[in-house]
Amino acid sequence: MSTASVPLPAWINYGVIPLLNLILAFFFSGLVVWAIGENPFEALNFLIQGALGRGDAIGFTLFYATSFIFTGLSVAVAFHAGLFNIGSEGQAYVGGLGAALVALSLDHYVPWYVTMPFAIAGAALFGAAWAFIPAWLQAKRGSHIVITTIMFNFIGAALMVYLLVNVFIVPGKMAPETRTFLPGGQLPKLDWLMALFGLKLGPAPFNVSFIIALVMCYLVWLLIWRTKLGYEMRTLGISPTAAVYAGIPYVRTVIIAMLISGGLAGMMSLNAVMGASARLQVEFVAGAGFVGIAVSLMGRSHPVGIILAAILFGILYQGGADLSFEMPNITRDMIVVIQGLVIFFAGALEYMLRPAMVRLYQTARGK
Amino acid sequence: MEYFDTFVSILGSAIRLSIPLLFTALAGLFSERAGIFDIGLEGKMLASAFAAACVAYWTGNAWAGLGAGILVAIIFSLLHGFASITNRGNQIVSGVALNFIAAGLTIVLGTAWFNQGGRTGQVPPEGRFSGIVLPGVEMMRDVPIIGPLYANVISGNNILTYIAFLMVPLSWWVLYRTRFGLRLRAVGENPGAVDTAGISVVWLRYRALIVTGFLAGFAGTYLSIAQSAAFINNMSAGKGYIALAALIFAKWKPVPVMFACLLFGFLDAFANFMQGKSLPMIGEVPVQIFQALPYILTCVLLAGVIGVARPPKAGGVPYTKER
Repeated sequence: MSTASVPLPAWINYGVIPLLNLILAFFFSGLVVWAIGENPFEALNFLIQGALGRGDAIGFTLFYATSFIFTGLSVAVAFHAGLFNIGSEGQAYVGGLGAALVALSLDHYVPWYVTMPFAIAGAALFGAAWAFIPAWLQAKRGSHIVITTIMFNFIGAALMVYLLVNVFIVPGKMAPETRTFLPGGQLPKLDWLMALFGLKLGPAPFNVSFIIALVMCYLVWLLIWRTKLGYEMRTLGISPTAAVYAGIPYVRTVIIAMLISGGLAGMMSLNAVMGASARLQVEFVAGAGFVGIAVSLMGRSHPVGIILAAILFGILYQGGADLSFEMPNITRDMIVVIQGLVIFFAGALEYMLRPAMVRLYQTARGK
Repeated sequence: MEYFDTFVSILGSAIRLSIPLLFTALAGLFSERAGIFDIGLEGKMLASAFAAACVAYWTGNAWAGLGAGILVAIIFSLLHGFASITNRGNQIVSGVALNFIAAGLTIVLGTAWFNQGGRTGQVPPEGRFSGIVLPGVEMMRDVPIIGPLYANVISGNNILTYIAFLMVPLSWWVLYRTRFGLRLRAVGENPGAVDTAGISVVWLRYRALIVTGFLAGFAGTYLSIAQSAAFINNMSAGKGYIALAALIFAKWKPVPVMFACLLFGFLDAFANFMQGKSLPMIGEVPVQIFQALPYILTCVLLAGVIGVARPPKAGGVPYTKER
C-alpha cells in the first residue's frame, strides 16, 4: 500500500523526520572527517567548543546566525508562494549597495539610530529591486524563476565588482571597497546584551541587526499566517491553478512575494556591511544567500524553525573556523560539505524516511 | 593582417573556452529533455575535474583520468536521480545540495591528500591531453586566411575538443533518430503517456542521467587535465551555470547548443582580450560587461524578446504513478 497519503502527527513531521535527516547528514559528514584520517568526535568537540565555548565565540556564532536568519526568511517567504528564490545571494549583495549608500550619505550628520531606519529601507529596496525582474519574468512570461535568479546572481556580482572597482573605490587605495563608515553609519554591537548573561563579546561583530532580524521573523510570521496576502501566497504555493480559480491575482501575488523575499535578503547586508566591516566590500555576502536555502529547508519555512536552523549554521560557521585552526587537515570548506549534506538530506531526500516512519507509526498504534 | 592574426588568436581561445561549456550543456540537454532539471551541472564538472586530476596524477595516464572523471560525474548524477526520481524530492534542491557537496569535498579531500591548499599535484605531461597537430599544417601555413585558421583554430587542439564537436551530431542522432531518444523526449513532455505505453519512466530517466554524468565527466576532465595540469580550487568557476544558460539560450536543442556555447566562449575570450584595452569611439569597456553578457542575453531570451524558450513540459515535476 502506498504510504504517501497517510497523515502523520505534527511532532513526527516537524520533529522526528527533520531530526533524523539532520543526523544522517552529520553521520556522512563524520564519515568524510574519518576518511581523511581525523577523529570525527574530536572534531565535533572542537567545533562546539569553538562556537559556544567563550563569549566572543558565541558572539561570532550569533553574528553569522543573524545573516542566515535574513536569508532564510527570504527563501522561506518565496517558498510559501511556491517560488524557489535561489537569488538571495545576489539580492543581498545588491542590497548592500542600498545600505552603503544610506550610510555613506548620512554618517557625517546623524547618529546611528537615525541612519538605521533609512538603511533598513535602502537595503530592502535595493534587494527587492534586484528580485523584481526575475519576479516579473516569472509572473508575466512564465520563465522559470530558478534560472532567472541564478542569472541575476551573476549579473549582480559583475555589477557590484564594477561599481566597487570603478566608482566607490577610495582614490589611492588598492582594495575595491568603499571608505569606512563613521559611527553614524554603523550599527552598534550588542555587548550589553551579552553582558546580561555574564559574557564578554570581545571582538565579535554581533550587532543590532540581530534584533532587526528577530523583528523580521515576527513580521514574516504575521504576514504568512495572519494576513490576507499571506493566505493568498500560501494558496498560490500549494496550487497555482486553484489560487487563480479562487480569484487570487497571480501576477500581483508572485511579484509582491518576490519583492518581500528580495527585501529580506537585502537586509542581510545590514549585518555584514554596517554591523561588521563598516564598509562595502567585494563578495561580502560570502554564500549566506545559499545558506539561507539550507536554513529555510531545515526550519520548514517557519520563523521559529529558521531561527533555530540559523543558529545551527552559525555554530557550524564559527565552530568550523576554529576547527580548521585546531585540525589543519580539516579546512573551513568542511562546512560547505556539511551544508550540502544538510540540504541533500533535509531537502532533497525529505520524503526518504517517510514511508518507514508511517509503517513504524502504524505498528506502534496497533493497526 | 595584424587584425586578422588577433582575430584568429581570439577565435582559437574561444574554441578552447567553449569546450567545457559544450560538454556540460549537452549533458544538461539529456537530463532536462528527460524532465529532470539539473542545477547540479556545476558540481558534476567540479567533482569530475578533481577526480580526473587525482587519477591522472597518480597513474600518469590521461585516459585513466578521463575514466575517473566520468565515473565520479555519473555517481553524482545517480545521487541526483536517487533524490529526484526514486524519492521524488525537489530537483532544484537536490542540484543545489550536490553543488555544495562537490565544492566542499574537492577542497577538503584535496587539502588532505595533497597539502597544497586544495590544489592537486602537478599532472605529468603524459597524464594530460595535449594538442594534436593535424596533418598538413606546415603545407597550409602559407595559404592566406585559410592557413592561419587551419593551423591555430582547427589544428592544435587536444582530442577532447574534437570529441566535443563529435558529440553534437551524436547527441542529435541519439535524441532524434533512436528509440531511446524518442522515449527520452517523450518522458520529458508527458511521462504519463510513456508509462501507459508500458515503458518504465524511472529506468528511462536514470539512463538519461547516466548519459548526463558521462558527458559532464568529459567537461571536468577537460578543465583539469587538458586545459590545465592540476585541479585548482573551484576551477569550474560558474561554467556549469553558463552552460545551463547556453542550454536555455539554445532552446534545448543540440545543434543550437553548440552555437550558444561557441558564442559564450567567444564572449569569454573577447573579454580576456579586451582587458585593459579601449575601443575606438567607446573607450574602455568594463570587463564585467562581458562577464555578465551570457546571463543578460539568456534573460533577454527568457523575456521572449528573441523567440520563446519553451522548456520540456514535465521538467522539474517528480513522476508519481497513478494508484
